[in-house]
Formats: sequence, C-alpha cells, structure tokens
Amino acid sequence: MTALVLSNATLLDPATGREGLGSILIEDGRIADIAWGTAPGTPENSQKIDCGSLLLTSGLIDLRAFVGEPGAEHRETLASASAAAAAGGVTTLVCMPDTNPVIDGAPIVDFVLRRARDTACVTVLPAAAITKGLAGKEMTEFGLLQEAGAVAFTDGLKAVTNAQVMRRALTYARDFGALLMQHVEEPDLVGEGVMNEGEMASRLGLTGIPREAETVMLERDIRLVRLTGARYHAAMISCADSVEIVRRAKQDGLPVTCGVSVNNLVLNEGDIGHYRTFCKLSPPLRTEADRHAVVQALNDGVIDVIVSDHNPQDVETKRLPFAEAADGALGIETLLGAALRLVHTGDMPLARLLAALSANPAKLLGREAGRLAVGAPADLVLIDTDVPYVLDKRALKSRSKNSPFDEARLQGAAMLTLVGGRIVHRSDFFESAA
Amino acid sequence: MRALPPRSPLNIASTPVMTAASAPTRFPHRHLLGIEGLSRLDIEALLDQSEAAVALSRQVEKKRTTLRGRTQINLFFEPSTRTQSSFELAGKRLGADVMNMSVASSSVKKGETLIDTAATLNAMRPDIIVVRHHAAGAVHLLARKVDCSVVNAGDGAHEHPTQALLDGLTIRRNKGRIEGLRVAICGDVLHSRVARSNIILLQALGARVRVIGPSTLLPTGIERFGVEVFTDMRKGLDGCDIVMMLRLQRERMNGSFVPSVKEYFRYYGLDADKLALAAPDALVMHPGPMNRGVEISSEIADGAQSLIREQVEMGVAVRMAVLEVLATHLPNG
Repeated sequence: MTALVLSNATLLDPATGREGLGSILIEDGRIADIAWGTAPGTPENSQKIDCGSLLLTSGLIDLRAFVGEPGAEHRETLASASAAAAAGGVTTLVCMPDTNPVIDGAPIVDFVLRRARDTACVTVLPAAAITKGLAGKEMTEFGLLQEAGAVAFTDGLKAVTNAQVMRRALTYARDFGALLMQHVEEPDLVGEGVMNEGEMASRLGLTGIPREAETVMLERDIRLVRLTGARYHAAMISCADSVEIVRRAKQDGLPVTCGVSVNNLVLNEGDIGHYRTFCKLSPPLRTEADRHAVVQALNDGVIDVIVSDHNPQDVETKRLPFAEAADGALGIETLLGAALRLVHTGDMPLARLLAALSANPAKLLGREAGRLAVGAPADLVLIDTDVPYVLDKRALKSRSKNSPFDEARLQGAAMLTLVGGRIVHRSDFFESAA
Repeated sequence: MRALPPRSPLNIASTPVMTAASAPTRFPHRHLLGIEGLSRLDIEALLDQSEAAVALSRQVEKKRTTLRGRTQINLFFEPSTRTQSSFELAGKRLGADVMNMSVASSSVKKGETLIDTAATLNAMRPDIIVVRHHAAGAVHLLARKVDCSVVNAGDGAHEHPTQALLDGLTIRRNKGRIEGLRVAICGDVLHSRVARSNIILLQALGARVRVIGPSTLLPTGIERFGVEVFTDMRKGLDGCDIVMMLRLQRERMNGSFVPSVKEYFRYYGLDADKLALAAPDALVMHPGPMNRGVEISSEIADGAQSLIREQVEMGVAVRMAVLEVLATHLPNG
C-alpha cells in the first residue's frame, strides 16, 4: 500500500485535546507520523492530499446503531449503514443485537463480522444480547461471544427488567470484563406512552412517558452496580434527573458511564410539532430544560459519549398516526452535522464534542482508535466545520429516510473519511488542491 | 448557554386560506381540525351561524341548498352513533350527498389503512370528509393527504371541536353569555378529547374553567392549561354556573384508574347532593352517551337543570354551520 500524506490540516487529537496545524503520514493503514507544525518526511511515491487547513481528527465511533442485517435488509444493510456512516465521518459503528435472528450466539457474531468484512466500508463491531433472544430471562454466553468478537452486551431497544437477571448478568460480566449497555427504561412506567409526559403531550392528547421510567431503572441498576462492582453503561439518558443520578454514582467512584443520543442534545419535544413521527423516539425527546441539562452534563463529563441511536424505519412503520408509529430515527449520517450545532451555538467546545464522539467511546470499548497517535489505526475524518447546507433526506445513503433533520439547516460535514488509511468517503463539497 | 430558538408547534391546527383580495372570509380555515388555532372571532362566527341552523331545523321545511351537488363522506374508524348521525343529518339538511363509511379498526391493519383509505376516498372527489379516529393526530395526518376539506369528529384524546362548539352554543343560549361564567369539567379529563376542546373554547370566550377529577384521571401539566384543578368535587363545584360531566369508559372503572364504580360514583358522580353545592341556577351537561349511576345519577340527568337533550339538538345545528362555512372555501363555492 502506498503511503498517504494529509498535509496542511488543523489537527485535533480528541484523546488529548491537542490542536494545531500539521500533517499526518499514513502507512499500512496506520498513522506512521504526525508532524505538528512542520511538514512530515514524505516517502517517495506517496499520495498527497492538501487539507486546506480544514479540521483533521479521529473518525467518529458510534456505540449505538441499529442495522437491519440480518432480518430486515429492506430497512438497512451493513453495506448501506456503513456507507451512511462513512458519509457522516463515522469510522466505527457498534451494531445492536436486535436483528432476526438476534445476535445472541457466537455464530451470528461471526456472520455479522464476515458480512461486514465483505460489504461494509467502515469498521463494524457487533454488540451481543445480554439475554437469549432479548427475552430478558437467560444470560447469553458472554465469554464465547466476546471471543467471537462481540464488543459489548445490550438488549438493544429493551431494558433487562428482571432485577435478578440483571444482577447475575452484571456479576458474571465482571469476571469477563464485559461491558453491559442498558437501555434505561422501565416498560411498565412507559406503558402506552409515546412522548415525553407533560403539558405538550397533554395538549396533543398523547400518552406521556414520565422521566421516572428512566430514572427508576437507572437508580435500580446503579444499586446493582454497587452490589456487584461490575462495569455498567447507561446507553442513553435524556433528562436532568438522570444526569444527577449518574453524577452521584461517578462521585461515589462506581464504574458507571453513560451516553446520550444526539437527538436529545439538539432537539426537544416541541420538534414533534403536529405529530411528526420521525421525532417519535425512545427515550423520547424531552423539554428544553432537559436538553440544557444533558448538554451541560456532556460539558461536565457526566455524560461520556454521544450516540446516533441510528434506527432506520420505513414508510410502513412511520407513516401512521403518532401513537401507532414505530420509534426511532436515522442518525448516523447526520450525527456530526447535528452535534456540531452545539459548537456553533457556543454550547460546547469542539474538542469536548469530538472526545465524546470518538476518544471516549474508543476508551469504553478498549479500542486503539479514537486518537491521533503514531501507530493508531488511520481512522480519520476531515471536517469542514462551517460548510452550510440544507439536509435532503433523499440524498442520504441509508435505505430508510426517517431523518428528523430532513430540511434542517446544518453546518459542518465530513469532507473525507478514511478507515484504515483507505478513503471511504469524499464529499462533493471537498476540492483538494492535491 | 444559549437556547435553540423556541418552536411553537401548536398553532397550525387548521390551515389558513388566503382569500382573494375582495371579500374577507368570515372563517379563514380550510379544515376544522381542532378548536386550537381558532380565534375568538372564528368561534363566535360559527356560533352565530349555528343559531340560524337551529331556527331552520325547527321548521317543517328543514332543507337548504348550500351543499347541493356536494359529496360529504363520514369516515368513522371508531363506532359512534350520535356524532355520525348528527353529521349525516347536518349534511343532508344542507343538500349534500352523504356517504357513511364505518371502518372497524379491528378488521383492518391500522394506520396503513388510514393513508390508503384517504387516498382511495380522495380519488372519489369528495368535497368534505368528516373523520373520527382512535389515534390523536390521525385526522391531521389524513388532512395532509386529501384535497378536500376535513372536519375532525374526534381524534383520540386530542380534540372534538364540534362537541365543544355545540356545548358553547348550548351554554350561550341558556345563559345568554359565556364570558365570566364558572364552568366545571368533571371526570375522566385524561382520556377526554371533549374536555380538551372545551377548555380551549370556553377560555377563548372568557369563561373560567375548572377541572375536577381524581388525579389518576387528570393529564400531567393540566394546571398549565390555565384551569383551576380540583380533586375534591365538593370543593370544585362551589359556585359553578355550568357542570359538565364526562363519560368514564368501562375499561377504566375497575382498578386501573379508579378502584370501582361504587367508589367513583361516591366521590365523583353527580347527584343532587353535590349539585346543590354549585350555583343555584347551575346547569348540567354531558356529551353522551351517559353511564347512569357511574358519573351521573338519573335524577340529575333527567332533571330540570339538565341540558343534555338540548345539546343533541345543538349538535346538528353546529355541524350544519361548520359544513356551511367550510363550503365557502370549496372550489366554485
């Protein structure tokens, strides 16, 4: 493989926050040299790309993406999801086990990894189910699944509701150093709920989902973490009360981390407007005060990672009355553009945002990506943080079109995406001098 | 931290129509999807128009030709006897060809049918579609898929605008005004589209609205609707001019929202004893169908203070008025 030099870039290492002009030399799929300030030694026959002083940083790592393969290929395949990811600057995606069949055994992990190797252009890492068939009853084979390549365990859209099952799973996972990612939602409290409980839901005549559906499950889980000492990751929190619960757990030194969906960072329940089903999500969009709280928590480091919660749905599951429509929104391709809103509004420094999008998830998974360091995989993204555009869902690479950001004005996009040194996405906006 | 610009989603219930430069239209909406989004003037214009329809309906010759040649489809995804027949009669008195379609929601794949049915019906070129659906927002969804005017005859727990209009008309005719009246809306407010539409309408017309019910049957954030909230019916009824009872669905009576019918009637059923706490000339209303002995005693339902039967009469008049004003927006109308 010939060497590649990305020169004249504004480098930002999300792992350290170091920022400055420089160049990166890529050889054999890895970062071979980083020249801060100066030009690196350029091997002969190397390809050069002038980055025009745009931002060059580690590719995004998305801990929560639903892919329809196997079982719902009409919504999304590993190929289409990875193309969407690449276009969005995401170089690693963790796919959820809510497939058909469920990813709850080593052979299915193996299948996904082989399909991804053959069809996907970004790194796909499967998360396996915590319980067999996502039924919430019997543990899966954490050890064997990890050996097969599962990077984390989650029941995806469902929470493990049985406290005894959760306790045993946490206890057993500890022995294998496995990461459990829980969808924190108490289903009985959700009931028939379809959006955030409160004045807005009452006015729309829709049944609400109280914040307590989230906090009750979160508090219970944290008690179990205290009991078992196991690692625990709350997949997505959505409200101010949850932030305080996680903050306290961290202060107490518990091995607890948590994520937030980009949707809860930049949208609120008002975006549902008159029954927009593309904004029907789980956890639901909350109030503006809750949105502020999660943004602040991300700034404070209480929230560790931002996820896209990418969940492709087709017309048949979305073009329905609100209460009858499926939950979920596309997210992986708009993750970067949507998250950059927080930078443009001055709510968050760029370095902090990128840490939550790449360095922190890498750390959680124990991967060597997510940093600009010699020897690290050349999973990189060149970002024009300012380029303005109106999102057109028809142009999205995903097989489904349920984007809550359709027709939204966004600023910032991936110009080039590299996975293992290979260019997997080049934006039409990007014109290199090289 | 700077906030994203606030978004207000709730003021687009009806689509305003730009009229030609000449005559200003009295009712500037193409659909009637809710009371939300109507101005006080819109509401009063509808009530005034309804008065004329009341007079017409009391004549021997009850027919007008306003909707002659027009097609009205009543599309009911939820069973309803009185609302559907009320709309049917209203349409027929105005000379429209009325077609009733009842779609039992159990026998169809939900939702998919809504869009498909909308497209199918639209192809038949109706002028007005009257829709009832069990899901909030379903009528808005349908209105976006058809070319004709749409009237919401009840969508989930969201709105039931013609019920609120007929209630407003009934109150105005009996009290001579709505402004300043104290109105209590009692019972299952949580699941009630009638309550939501009435709160908005009565407040727009200047009434002081109270809601009364057990907390399990009150929506979260109801106090932010600008109403007074009471969980003790005896306190809530004090001095009220209008007592509006709501229907309690059978499946909510036994343990899920309230413990039992017996207990519900004891604390939230309207009987002579409790009604005595309201103003001496208080009037009693109920959107029907009533559960006698659950939310209201027979004695009160059939008593001198009851307006319940008059509400039914006003229902036809209000629906005629709604169809008439929407007809002014129809092509060549």
